Amino acid sequence: MLDQIVFYFFATLAVLSAVLVVTRRNIVQSAIFLITALLATAGIFLQLHAEFLFIVQVILYAGGIMVLFVFVIMLINLDTSLHQAQYNRQWWLGLLLALVVGAHLILAVAVGRSVLPFPEPAPATMLEPSTQIVGKTLFGEYMLPFEVASILLLVAMIGAVVMAKKKV
Amino acid sequence: MIPTADYLFLSLVMFTIGIIGVVTRRNVIIILMSIELMLNAVNINLVAFSRLVGSAEGHVFAIFIITDAAAEAAVGLGIIISFFRNRETLLGDEMDLLKW
Repeated sequence: MLDQIVFYFFATLAVLSAVLVVTRRNIVQSAIFLITALLATAGIFLQLHAEFLFIVQVILYAGGIMVLFVFVIMLINLDTSLHQAQYNRQWWLGLLLALVVGAHLILAVAVGRSVLPFPEPAPATMLEPSTQIVGKTLFGEYMLPFEVASILLLVAMIGAVVMAKKKV
Repeated sequence: MIPTADYLFLSLVMFTIGIIGVVTRRNVIIILMSIELMLNAVNINLVAFSRLVGSAEGHVFAIFIITDAAAEAAVGLGIIISFFRNRETLLGDEMDLLKW
């Protein structure tokens, strides 16, 4: 019962803030609502017993990436963009197509739910020392992708510095 | 207990909202934020399935996706700063040249 209350609370919060991110006129308000959406997702991770991902989500997403976003918003003046049209000319077509794609995906899951019944989630004991298992999997089986990810971060760092340099 | 399908529905709704943001908005920063929303929705999916199967591989892939999101945000915001410095605008439909 408590599980359901927590899940539906965080799910509602995440969806509402996601809608506000997309519809707000002011970019700073959008960024704040994106932080709310990310924190609500972190709550859902905690409810799924993914404690390590919860911490990573709070520190990296809500802490790191969002600070980067807010910092860039501060560098760029807002006054001109507030008075311009916020949606592009083909917005109705885009909205229609996006809703069709979303309805299709949701319909697929709804049909699959009734045809092959989803089993109940595994008991919490299966992933008991969750962080320990994640660490063993990450540094055992997925060692090579882990190292490749470090190269990706290096490339991204160099790319960001080169892009934001005064004179290219 | 909550059925896994409910997590999938939540993830799909957030993903669709992200698609709507990318397709309809003109502001490039909001487009980048919508992409973050979509990546986040994918993470919910992965963790829910990881819970269902009882293995940690979904968590590992979610960590890789967060790494990608950080790299993408850094490069994307660098491009936006460079674009704003040259064009003095934030509108995505003004981005129609590779070099000027």
